[in-house]
Amino acid sequence: MQSFLLWRIFSLVPILFGTSVVVFLLVRLIPGDPATALLGMEATPEAIAALRERLALDEPIVVQYLTWIGNIFTGDFGRSIQGGRDVLPLLLGALGPTALLSVAALVVSLAIAIPAGVIAATRRDTAADYSVSFLALCGLSMPSFWLGVLLILTFSIYIPVLPASGYVSPLQDPMAFLTHLVLPAITLGTALAAAVMRMTRSTMLEVLRADFIRTARSKGLSARTVVWRHAFRNAQIPIVTLLGIQFGQLLGGVVITETVFSWPGIGKITVDAIFARDYPVVQGAVLITATLFVLINLMTDIIYTLIDPRLSVA
Amino acid sequence: MNASLALRSRAPRLAAMLANRRAALGLFLVGLAVFAALFAPLLSPYLPDKPDFVAILKGPSLAHPLGTDDLGRDVFTRILYGARVSLLVGTFSVASALVLGAALGSIAGYVGGWLDSIIMRLMDVIFAFPSVLLALAITAVLGPSLTNAILAIAVVNLPVFARIARAQTLVVRNLDYVEAKRALGFGPVNILTRTILPNIAAPLIVQGSLLFASAIITESYLSFLGLGAQPPTATWGNMLRNSIAFLDLAPWLAWFSGMAIFVTVLGFNLVGDALRDLFDPRET
Repeated sequence: MQSFLLWRIFSLVPILFGTSVVVFLLVRLIPGDPATALLGMEATPEAIAALRERLALDEPIVVQYLTWIGNIFTGDFGRSIQGGRDVLPLLLGALGPTALLSVAALVVSLAIAIPAGVIAATRRDTAADYSVSFLALCGLSMPSFWLGVLLILTFSIYIPVLPASGYVSPLQDPMAFLTHLVLPAITLGTALAAAVMRMTRSTMLEVLRADFIRTARSKGLSARTVVWRHAFRNAQIPIVTLLGIQFGQLLGGVVITETVFSWPGIGKITVDAIFARDYPVVQGAVLITATLFVLINLMTDIIYTLIDPRLSVA
Repeated sequence: MNASLALRSRAPRLAAMLANRRAALGLFLVGLAVFAALFAPLLSPYLPDKPDFVAILKGPSLAHPLGTDDLGRDVFTRILYGARVSLLVGTFSVASALVLGAALGSIAGYVGGWLDSIIMRLMDVIFAFPSVLLALAITAVLGPSLTNAILAIAVVNLPVFARIARAQTLVVRNLDYVEAKRALGFGPVNILTRTILPNIAAPLIVQGSLLFASAIITESYLSFLGLGAQPPTATWGNMLRNSIAFLDLAPWLAWFSGMAIFVTVLGFNLVGDALRDLFDPRET
Protein backbone atom coordinates (compact mmCIF):
# COMPACT_ATOMS: atom_id res chain seq x y z
CA MET A 1 0.00 0.00 0.00
CA GLN A 2 2.75 2.44 0.99
CA SER A 3 4.82 1.57 -2.06
CA PHE A 4 1.75 2.09 -4.26
CA LEU A 5 1.19 5.52 -2.75
CA LEU A 6 4.83 6.46 -3.17
CA TRP A 7 4.83 5.24 -6.76
CA ARG A 8 1.61 7.13 -7.49
CA ILE A 9 2.94 10.35 -5.94
CA PHE A 10 6.24 9.98 -7.78
CA SER A 11 4.42 9.51 -11.07
CA LEU A 12 3.01 13.01 -10.63
CA VAL A 13 6.43 14.57 -11.09
CA PRO A 14 6.67 14.21 -14.90
CA ILE A 15 3.01 15.21 -15.29
CA LEU A 16 3.42 18.36 -13.20
CA PHE A 17 6.65 19.14 -15.04
CA GLY A 18 4.82 18.73 -18.36
CA THR A 19 1.92 20.95 -17.31
CA SER A 20 4.33 23.65 -16.13
CA VAL A 21 6.10 23.52 -19.52
CA VAL A 22 2.76 23.88 -21.35
CA VAL A 23 1.72 26.83 -19.18
CA PHE A 24 5.15 28.42 -19.64
CA LEU A 25 4.92 27.99 -23.42
CA LEU A 26 1.38 29.43 -23.56
CA VAL A 27 2.65 32.97 -23.06
CA ARG A 28 5.46 32.34 -25.56
CA LEU A 29 2.82 31.49 -28.18
CA ILE A 30 1.35 34.99 -27.99
CA PRO A 31 2.54 36.92 -31.05
CA GLY A 32 5.12 39.56 -30.14
CA ASP A 33 7.32 40.09 -27.11
CA PRO A 34 6.35 38.08 -23.97
CA ALA A 35 7.41 40.99 -21.71
CA THR A 36 5.02 43.35 -23.51
CA ALA A 37 2.29 40.69 -23.33
CA LEU A 38 2.85 40.25 -19.60
CA LEU A 39 2.97 43.98 -18.81
CA GLY A 40 0.32 45.21 -21.22
CA MET A 41 0.52 47.68 -24.07
CA GLU A 42 0.85 50.70 -21.80
CA ALA A 43 4.04 49.54 -20.06
CA THR A 44 7.04 51.84 -20.17
CA PRO A 45 10.22 50.73 -22.00
CA GLU A 46 12.04 50.71 -18.63
CA ALA A 47 9.47 48.34 -17.10
CA ILE A 48 9.66 46.07 -20.15
CA ALA A 49 13.47 46.03 -19.97
CA ALA A 50 13.35 45.23 -16.23
CA LEU A 51 10.91 42.35 -16.78
CA ARG A 52 12.96 41.03 -19.71
CA GLU A 53 15.92 40.83 -17.35
CA ARG A 54 13.91 39.29 -14.50
CA LEU A 55 12.47 36.58 -16.78
CA ALA A 56 15.83 36.08 -18.54
CA LEU A 57 14.15 36.67 -21.90
CA ASP A 58 17.48 37.24 -23.62
CA GLU A 59 18.71 33.83 -22.48
CA PRO A 60 17.99 30.46 -24.16
CA ILE A 61 14.47 29.09 -23.66
CA VAL A 62 15.62 26.46 -21.12
CA VAL A 63 17.11 29.17 -18.90
CA GLN A 64 13.90 31.17 -19.31
CA TYR A 65 11.87 28.16 -18.15
CA LEU A 66 14.15 27.52 -15.17
CA THR A 67 13.98 31.17 -14.16
CA TRP A 68 10.17 31.17 -14.46
CA ILE A 69 9.66 27.92 -12.54
CA GLY A 70 12.15 29.12 -9.91
CA ASN A 71 10.01 32.23 -9.44
CA ILE A 72 6.87 30.07 -9.19
CA PHE A 73 8.46 27.94 -6.44
CA THR A 74 9.16 31.07 -4.43
CA GLY A 75 5.51 32.13 -4.82
CA ASP A 76 6.29 34.79 -7.40
CA PHE A 77 3.61 34.40 -10.07
CA GLY A 78 4.16 37.94 -11.32
CA ARG A 79 1.85 40.92 -11.04
CA SER A 80 -1.59 41.46 -12.52
CA ILE A 81 -1.63 43.98 -15.35
CA GLN A 82 -4.85 45.39 -13.92
CA GLY A 83 -4.12 47.07 -10.60
CA GLY A 84 -0.63 45.62 -10.23
CA ARG A 85 -1.59 43.17 -7.46
CA ASP A 86 0.50 40.06 -6.89
CA VAL A 87 -1.08 37.19 -8.82
CA LEU A 88 -0.73 34.47 -6.18
CA PRO A 89 -2.83 36.09 -3.40
CA LEU A 90 -5.39 37.11 -6.02
CA LEU A 91 -5.77 33.50 -7.13
CA LEU A 92 -5.66 32.02 -3.63
CA GLY A 93 -8.46 34.40 -2.63
CA ALA A 94 -10.58 33.09 -5.52
CA LEU A 95 -10.04 29.44 -4.59
CA GLY A 96 -12.40 29.69 -1.60
CA PRO A 97 -15.55 30.58 -3.59
CA THR A 98 -14.62 28.01 -6.26
CA ALA A 99 -14.15 25.27 -3.65
CA LEU A 100 -17.48 26.11 -1.99
CA LEU A 101 -19.29 26.03 -5.32
CA SER A 102 -17.61 22.77 -6.39
CA VAL A 103 -18.45 21.00 -3.15
CA ALA A 104 -22.05 22.23 -3.31
CA ALA A 105 -22.29 20.97 -6.90
CA LEU A 106 -20.90 17.62 -5.78
CA VAL A 107 -23.53 17.37 -3.03
CA VAL A 108 -26.31 18.28 -5.48
CA SER A 109 -25.09 15.73 -8.00
CA LEU A 110 -24.79 12.89 -5.48
CA ALA A 111 -28.20 13.65 -4.00
CA ILE A 112 -29.72 13.27 -7.47
CA ALA A 113 -27.50 10.65 -9.06
CA ILE A 114 -27.17 7.88 -6.47
CA PRO A 115 -30.89 7.34 -5.70
CA ALA A 116 -31.81 7.79 -9.40
CA GLY A 117 -29.11 5.34 -10.55
CA VAL A 118 -30.08 2.74 -7.96
CA ILE A 119 -33.80 3.06 -8.82
CA ALA A 120 -33.03 2.69 -12.54
CA ALA A 121 -30.94 -0.43 -11.90
CA THR A 122 -33.33 -2.13 -9.49
CA ARG A 123 -36.28 -1.45 -11.82
CA ARG A 124 -34.50 -2.29 -15.04
CA ASP A 125 -36.53 -1.98 -18.25
CA THR A 126 -39.46 -0.29 -16.51
CA ALA A 127 -40.84 3.18 -17.18
CA ALA A 128 -38.83 4.46 -14.18
CA ASP A 129 -35.58 3.12 -15.66
CA TYR A 130 -36.27 4.58 -19.11
CA SER A 131 -37.26 7.96 -17.67
CA VAL A 132 -34.22 8.22 -15.41
CA SER A 133 -31.84 7.09 -18.16
CA PHE A 134 -33.33 9.52 -20.66
CA LEU A 135 -33.19 12.38 -18.16
CA ALA A 136 -29.54 11.57 -17.51
CA LEU A 137 -28.81 11.75 -21.22
CA CYS A 138 -30.63 15.08 -21.35
CA GLY A 139 -28.50 16.30 -18.43
CA LEU A 140 -25.34 15.32 -20.32
CA SER A 141 -26.56 17.03 -23.47
CA MET A 142 -27.51 20.29 -21.82
CA PRO A 143 -24.81 22.97 -22.00
CA SER A 144 -24.38 24.18 -18.45
CA PHE A 145 -24.61 27.86 -19.34
CA TRP A 146 -28.01 27.26 -20.94
CA LEU A 147 -29.25 25.49 -17.83
CA GLY A 148 -27.88 28.41 -15.80
CA VAL A 149 -29.69 30.95 -17.97
CA LEU A 150 -32.96 28.95 -17.76
CA LEU A 151 -32.67 28.74 -13.98
CA ILE A 152 -32.11 32.50 -13.81
CA LEU A 153 -35.14 33.03 -16.05
CA THR A 154 -37.32 30.75 -13.93
CA PHE A 155 -36.21 31.55 -10.38
CA SER A 156 -35.04 35.13 -10.70
CA ILE A 157 -37.31 36.57 -13.38
CA TYR A 158 -40.54 34.54 -13.71
CA ILE A 159 -40.71 33.60 -9.99
CA PRO A 160 -38.25 35.97 -8.33
CA VAL A 161 -37.23 33.93 -5.30
CA LEU A 162 -33.47 33.59 -5.79
CA PRO A 163 -30.76 36.07 -6.79
CA ALA A 164 -29.67 35.86 -10.43
CA SER A 165 -25.98 36.36 -9.73
CA GLY A 166 -23.34 37.50 -7.27
CA TYR A 167 -21.66 36.15 -4.17
CA VAL A 168 -21.89 36.79 -0.44
CA SER A 169 -19.27 35.36 1.89
CA PRO A 170 -20.65 32.66 4.24
CA LEU A 171 -18.87 34.41 7.12
CA GLN A 172 -20.65 37.66 6.37
CA ASP A 173 -24.21 36.36 5.87
CA PRO A 174 -24.70 32.56 5.75
CA MET A 175 -28.31 32.78 4.54
CA ALA A 176 -27.53 35.16 1.70
CA PHE A 177 -24.56 32.95 0.81
CA LEU A 178 -26.86 29.92 0.51
CA THR A 179 -29.45 31.71 -1.61
CA HIS A 180 -26.71 32.87 -3.98
CA LEU A 181 -25.26 29.35 -4.06
CA VAL A 182 -28.40 27.41 -5.06
CA LEU A 183 -28.62 28.20 -8.79
CA PRO A 184 -24.90 27.91 -9.64
CA ALA A 185 -24.63 24.68 -7.62
CA ILE A 186 -27.56 23.10 -9.50
CA THR A 187 -26.11 24.31 -12.80
CA LEU A 188 -22.68 22.88 -12.13
CA GLY A 189 -23.98 19.72 -10.46
CA THR A 190 -26.39 18.63 -13.19
CA ALA A 191 -23.89 17.38 -15.77
CA LEU A 192 -21.95 15.62 -13.01
CA ALA A 193 -25.20 14.06 -11.74
CA ALA A 194 -25.99 12.75 -15.20
CA ALA A 195 -22.61 11.05 -15.61
CA VAL A 196 -22.63 9.60 -12.07
CA MET A 197 -26.19 8.35 -12.47
CA ARG A 198 -25.31 6.46 -15.66
CA MET A 199 -22.29 4.90 -13.97
CA THR A 200 -24.32 4.01 -10.84
CA ARG A 201 -26.96 2.32 -12.97
CA SER A 202 -24.56 0.24 -15.07
CA THR A 203 -22.39 -0.78 -12.08
CA MET A 204 -25.41 -1.67 -9.96
CA LEU A 205 -26.82 -3.78 -12.81
CA GLU A 206 -23.57 -5.74 -12.90
CA VAL A 207 -23.37 -6.19 -9.13
CA LEU A 208 -27.03 -7.19 -8.82
CA ARG A 209 -26.32 -10.13 -11.13
CA ALA A 210 -23.50 -11.43 -8.88
CA ASP A 211 -23.73 -14.67 -6.92
CA PHE A 212 -23.35 -13.03 -3.52
CA ILE A 213 -26.49 -10.97 -4.18
CA ARG A 214 -28.42 -14.15 -4.93
CA THR A 215 -27.06 -15.57 -1.67
CA ALA A 216 -28.10 -12.46 0.25
CA ARG A 217 -31.59 -12.65 -1.26
CA SER A 218 -31.88 -16.37 -0.49
CA LYS A 219 -31.01 -15.65 3.14
CA GLY A 220 -34.26 -13.71 3.25
CA LEU A 221 -32.73 -10.26 3.66
CA SER A 222 -35.01 -7.37 2.81
CA ALA A 223 -34.71 -5.84 -0.67
CA ARG A 224 -33.50 -2.57 0.88
CA THR A 225 -30.68 -4.31 2.75
CA VAL A 226 -29.63 -6.27 -0.32
CA VAL A 227 -29.57 -3.18 -2.52
CA TRP A 228 -27.89 -0.71 -0.17
CA ARG A 229 -25.78 -2.88 2.17
CA HIS A 230 -24.63 -5.51 -0.28
CA ALA A 231 -24.98 -4.28 -3.84
CA PHE A 232 -24.30 -0.55 -3.50
CA ARG A 233 -21.25 -1.02 -1.29
CA ASN A 234 -19.72 -3.18 -3.98
CA ALA A 235 -20.64 -0.75 -6.73
CA GLN A 236 -18.77 2.13 -5.14
CA ILE A 237 -15.33 1.77 -6.77
CA PRO A 238 -16.22 2.67 -10.35
CA ILE A 239 -18.55 5.38 -9.05
CA VAL A 240 -15.81 6.93 -6.90
CA THR A 241 -13.37 6.72 -9.81
CA LEU A 242 -15.76 8.47 -12.15
CA LEU A 243 -16.64 10.97 -9.46
CA GLY A 244 -12.96 11.84 -9.03
CA ILE A 245 -12.44 12.32 -12.76
CA GLN A 246 -15.65 14.30 -13.14
CA PHE A 247 -14.97 16.36 -10.03
CA GLY A 248 -11.67 17.36 -11.63
CA GLN A 249 -13.58 18.31 -14.78
CA LEU A 250 -15.77 20.55 -12.59
CA LEU A 251 -12.74 22.82 -12.42
CA GLY A 252 -13.25 23.38 -16.14
CA GLY A 253 -17.01 23.71 -15.71
CA VAL A 254 -16.65 26.41 -13.07
CA VAL A 255 -15.23 28.70 -15.74
CA ILE A 256 -18.62 28.79 -17.44
CA THR A 257 -20.85 28.65 -14.35
CA GLU A 258 -18.92 31.33 -12.50
CA THR A 259 -19.09 33.59 -15.55
CA VAL A 260 -22.87 33.16 -15.91
CA PHE A 261 -23.52 33.79 -12.21
CA SER A 262 -20.73 36.36 -11.60
CA TRP A 263 -19.33 34.04 -8.90
CA PRO A 264 -15.90 35.44 -7.99
CA GLY A 265 -13.95 32.19 -8.20
CA ILE A 266 -10.90 31.14 -10.15
CA GLY A 267 -12.98 30.45 -13.28
CA LYS A 268 -14.37 33.96 -13.47
CA ILE A 269 -10.95 35.43 -12.74
CA THR A 270 -9.52 33.39 -15.62
CA VAL A 271 -12.16 34.60 -18.08
CA ASP A 272 -11.88 38.22 -16.93
CA ALA A 273 -8.10 38.02 -17.24
CA ILE A 274 -8.36 36.57 -20.77
CA PHE A 275 -10.46 39.53 -21.90
CA ALA A 276 -8.20 42.04 -20.15
CA ARG A 277 -5.18 40.29 -21.75
CA ASP A 278 -3.89 39.97 -18.20
CA TYR A 279 -1.52 37.12 -19.06
CA PRO A 280 0.23 36.78 -15.69
CA VAL A 281 -3.18 36.03 -14.14
CA VAL A 282 -4.17 33.70 -17.01
CA GLN A 283 -0.87 31.84 -16.68
CA GLY A 284 -1.14 31.55 -12.90
CA ALA A 285 -4.81 30.53 -12.97
CA VAL A 286 -4.22 27.82 -15.59
CA LEU A 287 -1.20 26.49 -13.68
CA ILE A 288 -3.03 26.37 -10.34
CA THR A 289 -6.17 24.83 -11.84
CA ALA A 290 -4.20 22.16 -13.71
CA THR A 291 -2.19 21.36 -10.56
CA LEU A 292 -5.40 21.02 -8.56
CA PHE A 293 -6.86 18.81 -11.28
CA VAL A 294 -3.82 16.50 -11.12
CA LEU A 295 -3.97 16.40 -7.30
CA ILE A 296 -7.71 15.58 -7.33
CA ASN A 297 -6.99 12.68 -9.68
CA LEU A 298 -4.28 11.50 -7.26
CA MET A 299 -6.73 11.71 -4.36
CA THR A 300 -9.24 9.68 -6.38
CA ASP A 301 -6.62 6.96 -6.87
CA ILE A 302 -5.83 6.98 -3.16
CA ILE A 303 -9.48 6.88 -2.13
CA TYR A 304 -10.38 3.96 -4.31
CA THR A 305 -7.30 2.10 -3.15
CA LEU A 306 -8.57 2.58 0.39
CA ILE A 307 -12.02 1.31 -0.60
CA ASP A 308 -10.54 -1.73 -2.37
CA PRO A 309 -6.98 -2.56 -1.27
CA ARG A 310 -6.70 -5.18 -4.05
CA LEU A 311 -6.12 -2.30 -6.47
CA SER A 312 -2.88 -1.26 -4.79
CA VAL A 313 -1.34 -4.62 -5.70
CA ALA A 314 -2.47 -4.49 -9.31
CA MET B 1 -11.14 -10.45 -39.64
CA ASN B 2 -10.92 -7.48 -41.95
CA ALA B 3 -12.99 -4.34 -41.49
CA SER B 4 -15.59 -5.06 -44.17
CA LEU B 5 -16.19 -8.55 -42.79
CA ALA B 6 -16.52 -7.11 -39.30
CA LEU B 7 -19.09 -4.60 -40.50
CA ARG B 8 -21.03 -7.22 -42.49
CA SER B 9 -21.31 -9.50 -39.47
CA ARG B 10 -22.81 -6.58 -37.57
CA ALA B 11 -25.45 -5.87 -40.18
CA PRO B 12 -28.29 -7.53 -38.23
CA ARG B 13 -27.35 -5.48 -35.18
CA LEU B 14 -27.32 -2.33 -37.33
CA ALA B 15 -30.90 -3.14 -38.25
CA ALA B 16 -31.64 -3.60 -34.55
CA MET B 17 -30.07 -0.21 -33.87
CA LEU B 18 -32.34 1.44 -36.41
CA ALA B 19 -35.31 -0.30 -34.83
CA ASN B 20 -34.27 1.05 -31.44
CA ARG B 21 -36.43 4.09 -30.78
CA ARG B 22 -33.70 6.04 -28.98
CA ALA B 23 -31.23 5.50 -31.78
CA ALA B 24 -33.87 6.45 -34.34
CA LEU B 25 -34.61 9.63 -32.39
CA GLY B 26 -30.86 10.38 -32.30
CA LEU B 27 -30.50 9.88 -36.05
CA PHE B 28 -33.55 12.07 -36.65
CA LEU B 29 -32.15 14.91 -34.51
CA VAL B 30 -28.71 14.69 -36.12
CA GLY B 31 -30.38 14.59 -39.53
CA LEU B 32 -32.35 17.70 -38.63
CA ALA B 33 -29.17 19.60 -37.73
CA VAL B 34 -27.40 18.46 -40.91
CA PHE B 35 -30.45 19.42 -42.99
CA ALA B 36 -30.57 22.86 -41.36
CA ALA B 37 -26.87 23.40 -41.99
CA LEU B 38 -26.97 22.27 -45.62
CA PHE B 39 -30.14 24.03 -46.70
CA ALA B 40 -30.10 27.14 -44.48
CA PRO B 41 -30.36 29.61 -47.40
CA LEU B 42 -33.34 27.70 -48.84
CA LEU B 43 -35.16 27.33 -45.54
CA SER B 44 -35.30 31.01 -44.65
CA PRO B 45 -35.92 34.17 -46.68
CA TYR B 46 -33.69 36.24 -44.35
CA LEU B 47 -29.95 36.71 -44.16
CA PRO B 48 -28.40 35.70 -40.81
CA ASP B 49 -26.50 38.92 -40.15
CA LYS B 50 -28.67 41.54 -41.82
CA PRO B 51 -30.11 43.91 -39.19
CA ASP B 52 -33.69 45.11 -39.44
CA PHE B 53 -34.13 48.07 -37.12
CA VAL B 54 -37.92 48.11 -37.41
CA ALA B 55 -38.16 44.54 -36.07
CA ILE B 56 -36.02 44.74 -32.94
CA LEU B 57 -36.71 42.17 -30.18
CA LYS B 58 -40.00 41.00 -31.70
CA GLY B 59 -41.52 37.86 -30.20
CA PRO B 60 -42.31 34.76 -32.27
CA SER B 61 -44.74 35.52 -35.12
CA LEU B 62 -45.61 34.24 -38.58
CA ALA B 63 -43.00 36.49 -40.15
CA HIS B 64 -40.36 35.50 -37.58
CA PRO B 65 -41.28 32.05 -36.16
CA LEU B 66 -38.62 32.27 -33.41
CA GLY B 67 -38.67 36.04 -33.02
CA THR B 68 -35.90 38.58 -33.65
CA ASP B 69 -32.84 39.71 -31.68
CA ASP B 70 -31.64 43.12 -30.53
CA LEU B 71 -30.59 44.05 -34.07
CA GLY B 72 -33.82 42.79 -35.61
CA ARG B 73 -32.14 39.71 -37.09
CA ASP B 74 -34.34 36.64 -37.55
CA VAL B 75 -33.55 34.13 -34.80
CA PHE B 76 -34.71 31.10 -36.83
CA THR B 77 -32.34 32.05 -39.65
CA ARG B 78 -29.45 32.55 -37.27
CA ILE B 79 -30.11 29.16 -35.68
CA LEU B 80 -30.05 27.51 -39.11
CA TYR B 81 -26.74 29.16 -39.96
CA GLY B 82 -25.45 28.46 -36.45
CA ALA B 83 -25.84 24.75 -37.22
CA ARG B 84 -23.18 25.18 -39.90
CA VAL B 85 -20.65 26.46 -37.37
CA SER B 86 -21.42 23.77 -34.80
CA LEU B 87 -21.25 20.90 -37.27
CA LEU B 88 -18.16 22.34 -38.95
CA VAL B 89 -16.33 22.62 -35.65
CA GLY B 90 -17.52 19.18 -34.54
CA THR B 91 -16.49 17.53 -37.81
CA PHE B 92 -13.08 19.11 -38.22
CA SER B 93 -12.03 19.03 -34.58
CA VAL B 94 -13.08 15.41 -34.01
CA ALA B 95 -11.80 14.20 -37.39
CA SER B 96 -8.38 15.79 -36.94
CA ALA B 97 -8.11 14.55 -33.33
CA LEU B 98 -9.18 11.08 -34.45
CA VAL B 99 -6.70 10.86 -37.33
CA LEU B 100 -3.76 12.25 -35.37
CA GLY B 101 -4.67 10.43 -32.15
CA ALA B 102 -5.10 7.11 -33.97
CA ALA B 103 -1.74 7.59 -35.69
CA LEU B 104 0.10 8.52 -32.49
CA GLY B 105 -1.59 5.86 -30.37
CA SER B 106 -1.10 3.03 -32.83
CA ILE B 107 2.55 3.97 -33.41
CA ALA B 108 3.09 4.11 -29.62
CA GLY B 109 1.42 0.73 -29.15
CA TYR B 110 3.11 -0.97 -32.09
CA VAL B 111 6.64 0.37 -31.72
CA GLY B 112 6.70 0.50 -27.91
CA GLY B 113 9.87 1.49 -26.02
CA TRP B 114 10.96 5.09 -25.64
CA LEU B 115 8.75 6.34 -28.48
CA ASP B 116 5.71 4.90 -26.69
CA SER B 117 6.81 6.56 -23.44
CA ILE B 118 7.34 9.97 -25.04
CA ILE B 119 4.06 9.97 -26.97
CA MET B 120 1.97 8.75 -24.06
CA ARG B 121 3.58 11.11 -21.50
CA LEU B 122 2.75 13.98 -23.87
CA MET B 123 -0.83 12.75 -24.00
CA ASP B 124 -0.86 12.51 -20.18
CA VAL B 125 0.20 16.15 -19.98
CA ILE B 126 -2.67 17.26 -22.24
CA PHE B 127 -4.97 15.10 -20.11
CA ALA B 128 -3.71 16.86 -17.00
CA PHE B 129 -5.76 19.95 -17.87
CA PRO B 130 -9.53 20.19 -17.50
CA SER B 131 -10.60 20.12 -21.16
CA VAL B 132 -12.65 23.33 -21.15
CA LEU B 133 -9.85 25.24 -19.44
CA LEU B 134 -7.22 24.04 -21.92
CA ALA B 135 -9.43 24.89 -24.90
CA LEU B 136 -10.03 28.29 -23.33
CA ALA B 137 -6.33 28.90 -22.73
CA ILE B 138 -5.38 27.90 -26.28
CA THR B 139 -7.98 30.15 -27.91
CA ALA B 140 -7.10 32.97 -25.52
CA VAL B 141 -3.47 32.81 -26.56
CA LEU B 142 -3.97 32.20 -30.29
CA GLY B 143 -6.81 34.71 -30.53
CA PRO B 144 -10.56 34.15 -30.85
CA SER B 145 -11.56 32.64 -34.21
CA LEU B 146 -13.33 29.64 -35.67
CA THR B 147 -10.08 28.01 -36.79
CA ASN B 148 -8.48 28.39 -33.38
CA ALA B 149 -11.59 26.98 -31.72
CA ILE B 150 -11.33 23.91 -33.98
CA LEU B 151 -7.63 23.59 -33.17
CA ALA B 152 -8.21 23.93 -29.43
CA ILE B 153 -10.99 21.34 -29.35
CA ALA B 154 -8.90 18.96 -31.47
CA VAL B 155 -5.96 19.28 -29.06
CA VAL B 156 -8.05 18.53 -25.96
CA ASN B 157 -9.59 15.45 -27.62
CA LEU B 158 -6.30 14.12 -28.98
CA PRO B 159 -5.27 12.05 -25.91
CA VAL B 160 -8.63 10.26 -25.77
CA PHE B 161 -8.12 8.81 -29.26
CA ALA B 162 -4.41 8.16 -28.70
CA ARG B 163 -5.10 6.15 -25.54
CA ILE B 164 -7.81 4.05 -27.17
CA ALA B 165 -5.70 3.45 -30.28
CA ARG B 166 -2.68 2.44 -28.20
CA ALA B 167 -4.67 0.05 -25.99
CA GLN B 168 -6.33 -1.57 -29.00
CA THR B 169 -3.03 -1.84 -30.88
CA LEU B 170 -1.45 -3.62 -27.91
CA VAL B 171 -4.23 -6.21 -28.11
CA VAL B 172 -4.07 -6.65 -31.89
CA ARG B 173 -0.33 -6.50 -32.58
CA ASN B 174 0.44 -10.01 -31.39
CA LEU B 175 -2.55 -11.72 -32.99
CA ASP B 176 -1.87 -14.39 -35.60
CA TYR B 177 -2.83 -12.37 -38.65
CA VAL B 178 -0.46 -9.55 -37.69
CA GLU B 179 2.32 -12.07 -36.95
CA ALA B 180 1.60 -13.64 -40.35
CA LYS B 181 2.02 -10.34 -42.17
CA ARG B 182 5.23 -9.72 -40.28
CA ALA B 183 6.51 -13.17 -41.25
CA LEU B 184 5.67 -12.40 -44.88
CA GLY B 185 8.04 -9.45 -44.66
CA PHE B 186 5.57 -6.54 -44.61
CA GLY B 187 6.96 -3.37 -43.05
CA PRO B 188 5.56 -1.62 -39.98
CA VAL B 189 3.90 1.16 -42.03
CA ASN B 190 2.00 -1.36 -44.12
CA ILE B 191 1.00 -3.44 -41.08
CA LEU B 192 -0.15 -0.37 -39.17
CA THR B 193 -2.16 1.21 -41.95
CA ARG B 194 -3.51 -1.88 -43.72
CA THR B 195 -4.02 -4.31 -40.87
CA ILE B 196 -4.00 -2.73 -37.45
CA LEU B 197 -5.89 0.51 -38.11
CA PRO B 198 -8.88 -1.16 -39.84
CA ASN B 199 -9.13 -3.57 -36.92
CA ILE B 200 -9.06 -0.91 -34.23
CA ALA B 201 -11.36 1.50 -36.09
CA ALA B 202 -14.64 0.53 -34.41
CA PRO B 203 -13.94 1.81 -30.86
CA LEU B 204 -12.35 4.95 -32.31
CA ILE B 205 -15.44 5.70 -34.39
CA VAL B 206 -17.73 5.10 -31.41
CA GLN B 207 -15.62 7.45 -29.30
CA GLY B 208 -15.64 9.94 -32.17
CA SER B 209 -19.43 10.02 -32.23
CA LEU B 210 -19.56 10.61 -28.46
CA LEU B 211 -16.86 13.29 -28.63
CA PHE B 212 -18.72 14.99 -31.47
CA ALA B 213 -21.40 15.90 -28.93
CA SER B 214 -18.86 17.23 -26.46
CA ALA B 215 -17.06 19.15 -29.24
CA ILE B 216 -20.31 20.97 -30.05
CA ILE B 217 -20.76 21.82 -26.37
CA THR B 218 -17.15 23.01 -26.03
CA GLU B 219 -17.53 25.17 -29.16
CA SER B 220 -20.67 26.68 -27.68
CA TYR B 221 -18.77 27.40 -24.44
CA LEU B 222 -16.01 29.15 -26.37
CA SER B 223 -18.52 31.13 -28.43
CA PHE B 224 -20.50 31.94 -25.30
CA LEU B 225 -17.35 33.39 -23.74
CA GLY B 226 -16.60 35.30 -26.95
CA LEU B 227 -13.66 33.10 -27.96
CA GLY B 228 -15.21 31.22 -30.88
CA ALA B 229 -16.28 32.48 -34.30
CA GLN B 230 -16.62 36.24 -34.07
CA PRO B 231 -19.75 38.35 -34.68
CA PRO B 232 -21.58 38.87 -36.95
CA THR B 233 -21.15 35.11 -37.67
CA ALA B 234 -24.10 33.38 -36.02
CA THR B 235 -23.17 30.66 -33.55
CA TRP B 236 -25.49 29.16 -30.98
CA GLY B 237 -23.06 30.06 -28.21
CA ASN B 238 -22.72 33.73 -29.12
CA MET B 239 -26.50 33.98 -29.62
CA LEU B 240 -26.98 32.71 -26.08
CA ARG B 241 -24.33 35.08 -24.78
CA ASN B 242 -26.15 37.94 -26.48
CA SER B 243 -29.49 36.81 -25.01
CA ILE B 244 -28.39 37.35 -21.41
CA ALA B 245 -28.66 41.14 -21.70
CA PHE B 246 -32.32 40.77 -22.78
CA LEU B 247 -33.50 37.94 -20.55
CA ASP B 248 -36.47 39.86 -19.14
CA LEU B 249 -37.37 41.61 -22.43
CA ALA B 250 -36.82 38.77 -24.89
CA PRO B 251 -36.55 35.41 -23.12
CA TRP B 252 -37.15 33.52 -26.40
CA LEU B 253 -33.60 34.38 -27.47
CA ALA B 254 -32.21 32.24 -24.64
CA TRP B 255 -34.78 29.46 -25.04
CA PHE B 256 -34.34 28.88 -28.76
CA SER B 257 -30.57 29.20 -29.12
CA GLY B 258 -29.99 26.90 -26.12
CA MET B 259 -32.59 24.47 -27.42
CA ALA B 260 -30.69 24.22 -30.71
CA ILE B 261 -27.50 23.18 -28.89
CA PHE B 262 -29.36 20.81 -26.59
CA VAL B 263 -31.29 19.03 -29.33
CA THR B 264 -28.25 18.57 -31.54
CA VAL B 265 -26.01 17.35 -28.72
CA LEU B 266 -28.76 15.00 -27.52
CA GLY B 267 -28.98 13.59 -31.05
CA PHE B 268 -25.25 12.90 -31.21
CA ASN B 269 -25.27 11.40 -27.70
CA LEU B 270 -28.14 9.07 -28.62
CA VAL B 271 -26.36 7.99 -31.80
CA GLY B 272 -23.08 7.58 -29.91
CA ASP B 273 -24.77 5.43 -27.26
CA ALA B 274 -26.39 3.28 -29.92
CA LEU B 275 -23.09 2.85 -31.77
CA ARG B 276 -21.38 1.89 -28.52
CA ASP B 277 -24.06 -0.71 -27.84
CA LEU B 278 -23.64 -1.99 -31.38
CA PHE B 279 -19.88 -2.37 -31.25
CA ASP B 280 -19.46 -3.18 -27.57
CA PRO B 281 -22.54 -4.85 -26.11
CA ARG B 282 -20.73 -5.37 -22.77
CA GLU B 283 -21.31 -1.70 -21.98
CA THR B 284 -25.07 -1.93 -22.36
